Amino acid sequence: MTGPSVLAARAVRTASRVSGRGGGTTLPGRVLLRLQPDAIERLGRTLADGSVVLSATNGKTTTAAMLSSILGRSGQNVVNNRAGSNMHWGVATALLDAGRRPEELGLFEVDEAWLGQVAGWLHPRLLVLGNLFRDQLDRYGELEALADAWAELVPELPEGSGLVLNADDPLVADLGRKRPDVVYFGVADDSQALPGLQHAADSKHCRRCGHPYEYEAVYLGHLGRYRCPNCGNERPTPSIAATRVHLDGMRGSEITLSAPAGTVEVKLPLPGLYNVYNALTAAAAGLALGASLEHVRLGLQEFAGAFGRVETIEIGCRPVSILLVKNPAGANEVLRTLMLEDGRIDLWLALNDGIADGRDVSWVWDADFELLAGRVARVTCSGTRAEEMAVRLKYAGIDTVPAIDRDLLDSLDAAVAGGSGPLYALPTYTALLELREGLARRGLAERWSG
Amino acid sequence: MTAALRVCALYPDLMNIYADRGNIAVLRARCAWRGIGFELGASGTGESLDPEAWDLFYIGGGQDRDQAMVAHDMVDTKRDALHAAADRGAVVLAVCGGYQLLGASYALGDEELPGVGLVDLHTVRSDGPRLIGNCAIEADLGSGPRTIAGFENHGGRTHLGPSEKPLGRVLGGHGNNGTDGFEGVHRGNVIGTYLHGPLLPKNVWVADRLIELGTGLELTPLDDTLEDGAHESAKRAAGVG
Repeated sequence: MTGPSVLAARAVRTASRVSGRGGGTTLPGRVLLRLQPDAIERLGRTLADGSVVLSATNGKTTTAAMLSSILGRSGQNVVNNRAGSNMHWGVATALLDAGRRPEELGLFEVDEAWLGQVAGWLHPRLLVLGNLFRDQLDRYGELEALADAWAELVPELPEGSGLVLNADDPLVADLGRKRPDVVYFGVADDSQALPGLQHAADSKHCRRCGHPYEYEAVYLGHLGRYRCPNCGNERPTPSIAATRVHLDGMRGSEITLSAPAGTVEVKLPLPGLYNVYNALTAAAAGLALGASLEHVRLGLQEFAGAFGRVETIEIGCRPVSILLVKNPAGANEVLRTLMLEDGRIDLWLALNDGIADGRDVSWVWDADFELLAGRVARVTCSGTRAEEMAVRLKYAGIDTVPAIDRDLLDSLDAAVAGGSGPLYALPTYTALLELREGLARRGLAERWSG
Repeated sequence: MTAALRVCALYPDLMNIYADRGNIAVLRARCAWRGIGFELGASGTGESLDPEAWDLFYIGGGQDRDQAMVAHDMVDTKRDALHAAADRGAVVLAVCGGYQLLGASYALGDEELPGVGLVDLHTVRSDGPRLIGNCAIEADLGSGPRTIAGFENHGGRTHLGPSEKPLGRVLGGHGNNGTDGFEGVHRGNVIGTYLHGPLLPKNVWVADRLIELGTGLELTPLDDTLEDGAHESAKRAAGVG
């Protein structure tokens, strides 16, 4: 069903690729949806193996890329939206290629706020939900309201569709309350437990009765092993679990992955417990879709990384690791992972307040930059709100006076020139896009056109 | 006169949605850097409040459900103490959701949340869009008119009673209700505002003024190069040169 709307949108995509000006992941979808408002539903139906829809506050892009890597090894043809373009037009752009191959499966990461609408169009055979954290209140509204919207969506899923949920996130796990066919995943290694709930912990009260949860173990933000002492609601037992986790700094981590099909050791090439969660999400979804445990292991171990999520680029003989930060829970995990490195570190932080970042930069005060106190050798603050970032670091007890320069590339060049060894670059979302585009112009990174 | 600033955070576990701990961090650090003591306490659900024990009471913003719980609890357990504290000149700083609870009531459709009545204002949740964005106002806290800049995000429209004074005049942004050009409330040492972001890191002059009002001390200046930069950045974001 390659109608005129699809052909027109494909032409737009070709034009934006040729011009090299980016926009290749959104504009074609926008054109398509303008010409044919029901395009996602119509094109979605041409996918012979149906669709998988994945959402979360943090880790969508990495998890979708991991799952794609797993499914690729199991021989599945996958149509997916890449590079974090996860509003409805990003999904529409990806669907421009649907229906060209047999046994095709759609794999779509979808923005939390767009999930209801996109799932309504795609009738997914599997819905995969990773986590809900405080993020961009000016755009998404309150977290509880978002959880309520997700709860309304679950009963609307088509008959026979599966649900993969994070057992450790009470806001997500509770969505499986009334369903028998849920696959839960989670961490089951208390050596990774934090001393208590972090400041940014969001879901402290029982989704069913409002009483505060009790945590036997907190792994990340409000993720952990929780129980409501009032109504007895508790974390479901995960069938897919990381029963052993060893974090090896920025180099990656090793996990023991336990599933009903067996147990395997997996070496993850990405750092931090947050990426262990992403791997568990992808593993649970992959297994639910029929991949073997060996496909899961290979898919995760040989995973090459996703756009701007832990990339390391050589700039001026220095390895520059780029780690996206965009909300308190995500930033905390990046900071926690950086602190696994020895000695004082060299940092470049870029805080933008674009619409896609959230215009409200309050969130930097909810992130635990205090973790960096005494551990920073040099630091540069950049982005449209560089000065706010600098003040945040000062009140977090970072004793190094930051260099401040709102220009991303100029400040990065100065940061590279001013030190040696690894440099850790932590941009917000639009700063990442701008940085990536600038590095591509210099031939240091691939141009991102989706 | 006390040699320490004694701060009581009201419902810190429930009313902290807009990074309210940034406000506390700034008060703490700016006292410490000057050798002024800093004491932080908290009063939560069901707990009483000693009006004499604190120089500054702070309440931040919360999610709807938490704000509703707090509204009822605060009237039941803390209203009289807050009145006694305000009457003796203690500082009360209420931001966003906390600000909405300072007045008579907050009407949300069929529901009406009670306020503690420290000031004469009422708030009504509007069917219209939330008032969201960077905001800058001109305010006078007894040291001449100056700018306060921050971020507002509220569904409620707040209306002051005829005898009540706003905290400031809107230079850029929406303010109390998006129509009358005023923002916040200011009576004696009671201050309510929609500006978060958080408020004090972007406006350290306000933090210092509150420390002065709370302790009665005259403050020595600090090196505020970074803080002044953040203040200018927040003003620019609100479209105010």
